[in-house]
Amino acid sequence: MNRIQQRLAQDQKLLSIYFTAGYPALNDTVKIIQDLEKNGVDMIEIGLPFSDPLADGPTIQESSTAALKNGMTSKVLFEQLKDIRQSVSIPLILMGYFNPMMQYGIEAFCAKCQEIGIDGLIIPDLPVAEYHEQYQETFEKYGLINVFLITPQTSDERIQFIDSVSKGFIYMVSSASVTGATSGFGTAQEAYFERIAQMNLDAPQIVGFGIKDEETFQQATKTTKGAIIGSAFIKHLTDHGVDTIDQFVSTIR
Amino acid sequence: MNSYQADEKGYYGDFGGAYIPEMLYPNVEELRSQYLNIMSEPSFQEEFNQLLKDYVGRPTPLYHAKRLSEKYNTKVYLKREDLCHTGAHKVNNTIGQILMAKRLGKHRIIAETGAGQHGVATATVCALMGIECIVYMGAIDIKRQAPNVARMKMLGAEVRPAMSGSRTLKDATNEAIRDWINNPVDTHYIIGSAIGPHPYPDMVSRFQSVISEEIKTQLLEKEGKALPDYVVACIGGGSNAAGTYYHFLDEPSVGIIAVEAAGKGVHSGESAATSQLGKEGIIHGCKTLLMQTPDGQITEPYSISAGLDYPGVGPLHAHLYRSGRGEFYSVTDDAAMTAGLELSQLEGIIPAIESSHALAVFHEKQFKPDDIVVLNLSGRGDKDLNTYIEYFKL
Repeated sequence: MNRIQQRLAQDQKLLSIYFTAGYPALNDTVKIIQDLEKNGVDMIEIGLPFSDPLADGPTIQESSTAALKNGMTSKVLFEQLKDIRQSVSIPLILMGYFNPMMQYGIEAFCAKCQEIGIDGLIIPDLPVAEYHEQYQETFEKYGLINVFLITPQTSDERIQFIDSVSKGFIYMVSSASVTGATSGFGTAQEAYFERIAQMNLDAPQIVGFGIKDEETFQQATKTTKGAIIGSAFIKHLTDHGVDTIDQFVSTIR
Repeated sequence: MNSYQADEKGYYGDFGGAYIPEMLYPNVEELRSQYLNIMSEPSFQEEFNQLLKDYVGRPTPLYHAKRLSEKYNTKVYLKREDLCHTGAHKVNNTIGQILMAKRLGKHRIIAETGAGQHGVATATVCALMGIECIVYMGAIDIKRQAPNVARMKMLGAEVRPAMSGSRTLKDATNEAIRDWINNPVDTHYIIGSAIGPHPYPDMVSRFQSVISEEIKTQLLEKEGKALPDYVVACIGGGSNAAGTYYHFLDEPSVGIIAVEAAGKGVHSGESAATSQLGKEGIIHGCKTLLMQTPDGQITEPYSISAGLDYPGVGPLHAHLYRSGRGEFYSVTDDAAMTAGLELSQLEGIIPAIESSHALAVFHEKQFKPDDIVVLNLSGRGDKDLNTYIEYFKL
């Protein structure tokens, strides 16, 4: 069983944190991962920065631009992470856009992930049909779980299809927005959460986009398995640096 | 046969497709599932053709450029898209897409623009239809293209600066895509070139295909045959080229020539010659050739012509390049400027600098005296006067 599947099988609600690799400083990656685990975070999305992150709002865009300026690349990230499994045991997911992975070579990228101990990938601009037809075999050969997104606009039929090809969890985008754009959850989100809960999907759902504090975490996880925080954590790093990660996590739960 | 048209998934050979985040899927899928049906409705065709005729001023002339022909010892026809309303071919597509948006029930339009030509063409049709219009434009381009920003404002559009990344065309496109993600129900995104996720490259090519359709009819009238020996167009994203080639793609006797912007030289580090410098990858939702670092970060192109200053090329053109169907040339700023001045003085036509690149093909290739070469003069030079003034110290 993959580390992601093991974690999903546990009883508690899961707190997952996203950060952009190479930000604030190029070599902060390992320290951020270690501190997040130490403070009880259940899963981490390591963002591979891209020059044109079209699903992301200003916070993640700016951190990506800064990370690239700092010198982050796929190769540098793999080098930083080569010994990560000696100190960290929670699931690690790489999240990034498809073009840098294509340029590295899809198979080589997957092989490297397995070698390091990466458990899964989230690739917003790789559509589920393309994955299913062209890449699933390669990803699975290297033990990688690919995570798909659904949104309030995704049809029931399409959600069923995504559920059928999901081996880990479904990334449930909370609203029609780019990352970091929403302020709290309203009745539209509640209705959406309820609709998904009624579908009794096989894959557990983890909510992302718009989670920033204890209140939104509680709301998001009422009917789901967990929640992902990205932009709010990056803002914390921007404002308070990398030495107060414990304070950030303690405000969530 | 139709081997150079998009297949049902939007692929031209290896290129195309729809590499979009799930947040965009419903928007793109709605368009994909309906665009061909809507375009084939007689009422759509009628309204589209009527506007092209009475509002845009089509058909544009096919002009036998005698002095240019004499100088290069061949027979050159210019397709006068520069005479379209708003000054370039861009409006053919925005007319088509605004009618599409209306039939899809959308009441808010977004667009990206680099030099501002597509932004002006979009603002124009939104004014015509009384629809809200928001144009994303790189913060740097807003400064460089002040007259077009003023035009868009005068036409009632809101111009929003793209502050992210390099603050130019590619970032304006990213911002427009983000807007569409945030407004999935009421908004239509009018992409200005033959780029983006399927069905955009195919839809834009179809709207622009009126160019080659008219060329065939006009050439038959003038020469007694519908097929030229060559069709020539400049390529940035590739919408005027797609329209110029469209009805000749599957006519092997017609040579297809594409002219890219080499900027200060293909290998100078300041260039937009995507066929030479690009590698297969994904930009703005499609798989195509694009300029990027070895790590897969998209790089900033350069050309003196703002309309050719795009780091990718439409998937149709990537396929024409890789398959060998198209003959590709890269011409420098200097060569294009020289060709623009030459046309002005030989024919009394001041071309857009984009079109000047196409004209520079005569410095690169020797055509035969009895060849019939149709070159798409995609736009007029009014918008580029400042650049011409600075360059030639006029």
